[in-house]
Amino acid sequence: MPDTHTPPIKVGLFVTCLADMFRPEVAFATVKLLEQAGCEVDVPSAQTCCGQPAFNSGDNHNSRMIARQTIAAFDGYRYVVGPSGSCIGMLHHYPELFDDGDPWKARAEELKARAFEITSFLVDELNFSGIHSTFTGKITYHDSCSGLRELGIKQQPRQLLSEVEGVTLSEMQEAETCCGFGGTFCVKYPEISNRMVSNKTGFAADSGAEMLVGGDLGCLLNMAGKLKREGREMQVRHVVELLADMTQSPAIGDADYDLGQEL
Amino acid sequence: MQIKSPEFKQSARIALQDVNLQKALGNLKAGFPGKRASAVARMPEFDQLRDQARDLKNHILEHLDLYLDEFEARVVENGGQVHWCRTADDARQTILQLCREQDAKTVTKGKSMVTEEINLNEYLEENGIRPVETDLGEYILQLRGDHPSHIIAPAIHLNLEDVSETFHQHHHRPKSDDPAVLMAEAREMLRKEFVAADVGITGANFLIAETGSTMIVTNEGNGDLTQTLPKTHIVVSSIEKVVPTLEDASLFLRLLARSATGQEFTVYNTLSSGNRRPDDQDGPENFHVVLVDNGRSDMVGTQLQDMLRCIRCSACMNHCPVYGAVGGHSYGWVYPGPMGSVLTPQMIGIEKAGLLPNASTFCGKCEEVCPVRIPLPKLMRHWREKEFEKHLSPKAVRWGLGSWAFFATRPTLYRMFTAGASRFMRILGGKKGTIKKLPLAAGWTDHRDMPTPTGKTFMQQWQARQQQEKR
Repeated sequence: MPDTHTPPIKVGLFVTCLADMFRPEVAFATVKLLEQAGCEVDVPSAQTCCGQPAFNSGDNHNSRMIARQTIAAFDGYRYVVGPSGSCIGMLHHYPELFDDGDPWKARAEELKARAFEITSFLVDELNFSGIHSTFTGKITYHDSCSGLRELGIKQQPRQLLSEVEGVTLSEMQEAETCCGFGGTFCVKYPEISNRMVSNKTGFAADSGAEMLVGGDLGCLLNMAGKLKREGREMQVRHVVELLADMTQSPAIGDADYDLGQEL
Repeated sequence: MQIKSPEFKQSARIALQDVNLQKALGNLKAGFPGKRASAVARMPEFDQLRDQARDLKNHILEHLDLYLDEFEARVVENGGQVHWCRTADDARQTILQLCREQDAKTVTKGKSMVTEEINLNEYLEENGIRPVETDLGEYILQLRGDHPSHIIAPAIHLNLEDVSETFHQHHHRPKSDDPAVLMAEAREMLRKEFVAADVGITGANFLIAETGSTMIVTNEGNGDLTQTLPKTHIVVSSIEKVVPTLEDASLFLRLLARSATGQEFTVYNTLSSGNRRPDDQDGPENFHVVLVDNGRSDMVGTQLQDMLRCIRCSACMNHCPVYGAVGGHSYGWVYPGPMGSVLTPQMIGIEKAGLLPNASTFCGKCEEVCPVRIPLPKLMRHWREKEFEKHLSPKAVRWGLGSWAFFATRPTLYRMFTAGASRFMRILGGKKGTIKKLPLAAGWTDHRDMPTPTGKTFMQQWQARQQQEKR
């Protein structure tokens, strides 16, 4: 529990568009973890998407518009934290979008300095070690590219997972190789993407794990979708679901909910 | 070489289904990356050397004119000649002219990607001169009428059986599956050519400004015979290969072999410093260096300048999951993989090469292994920007991106849109967790299921929760 005498750390949650739309559980799990670590979490309503689809398509005009919107939305928060290395990595790209001397450049730099992916925030910034979670089983971890190579996220999720009671981590071959999602890549070059994700699900299955875990929903949706199509039994979850003890709800692509209630 | 980059998607589709190619690519992936990794692990200062190499290359590129001038002056002092060629065509004509001066019938060649870039072999053949590739991989490809699919392992797309068949057809010897026998056969055939050649053409890995030397690295020794035996040695090199001193070259040599094949050092590292002196026992009588620009000086001073640091080690393609899936020929021109996806648009135009810089997930593995720290994903993105600015990206993509951006820049509308889209997908998914076929997303659902949203959007649920708490 946080010390009641120190004011809580004000964190603005960067929800990420995929968690918002496909798996709200991931954002709720992130909130839960942040609160466990003594943060006061707020969700600025002016956020949408980090802008990666525009940025990676060479559309700098729209990237800039979205960057300004995000920078303004997260003004005043001590930290900006999100459950994705790729989206937070994009926030770290914002300074590249503005010319030297443009006041937005300084604001972008300033945002970059306080924007963190959730596992790296907990470990590197807060030195947090208060995980209360149980999951009995063997898991394997996919290192998503942007988090790994742009933000240096490798041991942080593993360190936190080691605190989950009952979990054993069985590393797969080529855990650091891209799963073939790549944002728009997977629909622009579907056959190549398919080959890459097939390699990945093969390695994941060979690891003997019953659950595939990772830190980026794009990759996880891609791999879960492929595992389903291949008819494999492996579950797929975002790492925060395990860390926040939220593995009771169905895994990605396993949902079996009551349509009437949900709609 | 015929430009087939606009057909990248079709070529890739065929490549993915080519069982033999996939087998060969499997060998590549099982080989080079592991060897590089263990070579790097044995050298604790590797990353420091990469920083040094990056900085040195940046310094050279800032003073490219000075170092090239110095190089030329030293070559001339050594008795050689330097020919400056702005375009591929200038370079071809210059080389043909030099060959004609020797009345050359046969030209032996060491491995050189720049001669591929300027289409030299076909040009020489059209003009009655017979080029003979002497690098084993290139030799195999020449017999097959094929082109390199990799910058240091040109025939990596072939398997042993392919080579066996090709040699059997062309050498008229009994078929063999023994690599040693095949190698001996090639050696025997090539010996005659080395002796008969009037001119030897090699590329260069480095041009040393302080000594006026050119340097090649090979693992077969064919380059040495190519440049020592004929009367005339022509070095064909692009301008960015210049380094100030021999010591500088040794820095790059340490990085090059380890990054490429995982060797500590390439087997043959050969320096050529001008033509044969009176008391030399061998060597060419004439020594020429053909310097090829072909669009490179236009990259100096732009964002693409970083690309000129490239030392052609091939680590980027060896580690690229896209190259590993489709092979080098799919890229449709001389330079494949990530480095090719940056260079090719510069050389043949983004109009023809636009699919290449898009064929990347930006996974960043190429940049991670690049010995001179070229930000390859950033440079590929640079080409996507150019493509977007010139309105070359497909209409459907622009339209999709435009409508998405319309919502993404209007948070309230965006909320309504995502709530609707989530609901739509949940209806499509029914009680199941996935959708098998999603309109407008065939690229996704042709190969995998689409997990269904698990409920209302997070923003809807969060807002409801906040309101509940207020009550």
